[in-house]
Amino acid sequence: MRLEYLQLIDRIVDLNLADRKISTEATVPTESTIFEGHFPGYPLMPGVLLIEAMAQTSGWLVVALNRYERMPFLASVKEAKLRTFVTPGQQLSIEAHLEHDGSGFAVTEAKIRADGKLICDATLTFRIVDFPNAKMVKWMRDTAARIGLTVEARVNV
Amino acid sequence: MSSTFETIANIIAETCDIPRDSITLESHAINDLGIDSLDFLDIAFAIDKAFGIKLPLEQWTQEVNDGNATTDQYFVLKNLSARIDELVAAKGA
Repeated sequence: MRLEYLQLIDRIVDLNLADRKISTEATVPTESTIFEGHFPGYPLMPGVLLIEAMAQTSGWLVVALNRYERMPFLASVKEAKLRTFVTPGQQLSIEAHLEHDGSGFAVTEAKIRADGKLICDATLTFRIVDFPNAKMVKWMRDTAARIGLTVEARVNV
Repeated sequence: MSSTFETIANIIAETCDIPRDSITLESHAINDLGIDSLDFLDIAFAIDKAFGIKLPLEQWTQEVNDGNATTDQYFVLKNLSARIDELVAAKGA
């Protein structure tokens, strides 16, 4: 994880397109400027970043399913529960399942575990739209390569 | 169509916290009930699940934007109910 750059996923662990499921991993850094403010003397991974990690994991599932044709943007967060504190150095296992593939939107159920224990979970809705520009497509594909997403684009862009 | 309307009216009332008795067949989801696009995603999700269909929201939006349809055709609830009935019938055909 590089919190300052919102790079919250380290690697894809499993991708099952048939079951519309994905698993990723990420290690909370031991040092980050985020922890200087959140909180001095008591560093905690911010809950909003845990939600963002679930959103990114869900987003990669959606991108894999549509093979880079369109981009999911987080639109709503429901039933988010932050069940326990997450501290620097913890290894997180993040899972997401596509609950619904709608017309121009998708709904996922996502959760994070650490040492097998449920840390947080939420229902996430995404708007799915065309990529705004080629730079973003390239950035997504470069990031996919970095985290080990091996799904090929349907159309080479 | 009446049972379809009842189902979607209940979904709208529950999803958007709109009094059920203010939702009629003639209500326009956007203009009369004030439902915005994000809330309509929740409604579409609930309708898709309730009827086992996929509302073609993107196609409808494109038709409206291109001037080939009016929002009334899809978002006045009696018309939305009819479109849903058509999608359900097409699924079973």
